[in-house]
Amino acid sequence: MQYKAVVAALVAMAFAGVSYAQEFNDPAEFKKQREQLSMTPQGPQGKPWAQHLGDRMVDAAKYKKDGPVTICFSNAGIFNPWRVVGMHNLQAEAELHKDRIKELVVVDAEGKDDKQISDIEALVSGGKCDALIVSPNTTAALTPAVEAACAKLPVIVFDRGVATKCPVTYIHPVGGYGFGITSGEFIASKLPKGANVLALRIMPGVDVLETRYSAAKNIFDEAGLKVIGSEFTGSDRAKTKAVVEDYINRGEKIDAVWMDAGDTSTAALEAFEDAGLPYPVISGEDQQDFLRKWQKDKLTAIGPSYPTYQWRTAILGALDVLDGKQVPGPEWILPQPAITQDTLASYIDERMPPLHYSLCGCQDLPGYPELWGGKK
Amino acid sequence: MTPLSETTPMRRPVISLAKINFGLIVFIILYAAIASLQPNYLEAGLFMNFLRRAAPLIILAVGQLYVVLTGGFDLSVGAIVTLVVLAASILINGDPEMTWPMIGVLYLMGLAVGLVNGLIVTFLKVPSIIATLGTMLLVNGIALAWSGGAARGDLPDNFRDLGRFLMRDVWLIGSLPLAVIILLLFLMFAWWGLHGTVYGKRALAIGDNPRAAELAGLPVAATRIAAFVVSALAAVTAGILVGGFSGVSVNAGRGMELQAIAACVIGGAQLLGGRGSLWSALFGALSLFALFTLLNLAGLPQALRDSIQGVILIAAVGASAWRDRRKT
Repeated sequence: MQYKAVVAALVAMAFAGVSYAQEFNDPAEFKKQREQLSMTPQGPQGKPWAQHLGDRMVDAAKYKKDGPVTICFSNAGIFNPWRVVGMHNLQAEAELHKDRIKELVVVDAEGKDDKQISDIEALVSGGKCDALIVSPNTTAALTPAVEAACAKLPVIVFDRGVATKCPVTYIHPVGGYGFGITSGEFIASKLPKGANVLALRIMPGVDVLETRYSAAKNIFDEAGLKVIGSEFTGSDRAKTKAVVEDYINRGEKIDAVWMDAGDTSTAALEAFEDAGLPYPVISGEDQQDFLRKWQKDKLTAIGPSYPTYQWRTAILGALDVLDGKQVPGPEWILPQPAITQDTLASYIDERMPPLHYSLCGCQDLPGYPELWGGKK
Repeated sequence: MTPLSETTPMRRPVISLAKINFGLIVFIILYAAIASLQPNYLEAGLFMNFLRRAAPLIILAVGQLYVVLTGGFDLSVGAIVTLVVLAASILINGDPEMTWPMIGVLYLMGLAVGLVNGLIVTFLKVPSIIATLGTMLLVNGIALAWSGGAARGDLPDNFRDLGRFLMRDVWLIGSLPLAVIILLLFLMFAWWGLHGTVYGKRALAIGDNPRAAELAGLPVAATRIAAFVVSALAAVTAGILVGGFSGVSVNAGRGMELQAIAACVIGGAQLLGGRGSLWSALFGALSLFALFTLLNLAGLPQALRDSIQGVILIAAVGASAWRDRRKT
């Protein structure tokens, strides 16, 4: 009976895998992002938030506005540490341009589509805004609201996209496939054929996370690595540690841990410590706690990123548009670097809190490190 | 608390089937299932590890039981766990010398939340499910506002050890986690509170019929307030173990209040009060945790796991209720 149930479950899982695969496994996009990862960015050296990949530009001459301007920002919400760091970046960047920006109006949608739709309507009809920055909560639901806003004023979208080409530009790093390619290729390069990989993921059904996994999975399959499990942890450290302990207790050797986001990577590593096992090869992200542990325990690791410096770019983009300049568009693709053994030391800052995202590009901004929760 | 008088009837020496806690049966069945999938769970070391991971839930369930016996709910405990984990990391901020004084501060915070819960329920006569829902939101809000929505600060190793440290090479059992010792001490204390003093009888009487208990001259208000305080202090203890086991996280205690209530019910405690014992909470929590582990080990997809968990929970509680109805 038990075996029947297990078989039935496996079949169900296999079909679920297939249906996901079609939606989040786009070979063309995979190829495009793989190329973008190795492109040389254009723009000022050492300032990745002001750089872009590719040559396409749009002309913003018709939006030119002299004198002090009001920039409005409709934020999906501040519901995770990534967005907390990003919000500080955005505010500090605006602070840098005090002479040009009369006022920065920020409205927080608290993670609700309906609130963000009415937020955008209120900002547009208020007539105060000279440009509107939108970080959409979900793609489909926010599209009509963004389209309506485009008719009245220049719109800049960043992070998650919308299903319309009307914004002046859409700012984002390379993307989820790129994240999965960087981490997947690193793990594949460190392990022999047939080695075991455990995949730890936050939750199912989110496109930016699913594409990370599908890209890494493709690479593992190609390299002949075996994915012994793909588990959802809900970003919960206790759950992550428990899941990894359970896998360790199954007696199967775990050679590598692949993660679609790094916030629980140290919890996963602790499970190996507590069991008295050597650390696996691991891919985390750019959080301080992971980087410190990597350095301290000499891990074989990589820190791919979805850089929070894109929040700075949003302000830069809005100002460029209001200056009537040429801006990268209709997509402003930012470089998406990964932290490697060679660059590790330069990203560690002992003053910063454990979940600070090191690729914030915020080190030169006013208020660093205190504004980001760091010690002086 | 007054010691129990000598007139308590002696327990009958023969253990009848009906006396065995239902939660224990469920636990044994689930653990046997775990062992059939993964035979090394029968080793003492892995069982100890299982206990270490279950310890926070057991402690929360026992605290919850104090409130459930008096006929109430305490929904604020999950939020207290979150607050404890975040507050500990911010207050201690990686300095090992601050660990013990700040643990004292954490217990004071727990005491405050427990008192607020108790006072609102007894004097404002707000139903406990609403009152503690309110404090749950309040405490969650405080925790998030204080931490700015992201984990800050750091937990030093001596704090982490409370939930993480393992004594290795212990005679007979192989390894002994510190969390299990804390769990045993807590259980002894909780057992004494419930069964060694008159408090337990009062709580049962109040949960069974608060009006009658009041007319009989029992200190209803004090008993209720004490129950919420114990529950909150248990939540602080659980929070320390959770923080120790896995470190700082903004969603450390999410959903734990409902797990604690479910654990009490699986073990045979009656919601709305009047029946239950320490064993209800202990074995209920062990069963629930065994269920989580089993579903983890079975490697089923998430959606299927959640559904199976729901079905087994309803079945266990239903069977427990049915068994009790037959007895009376």
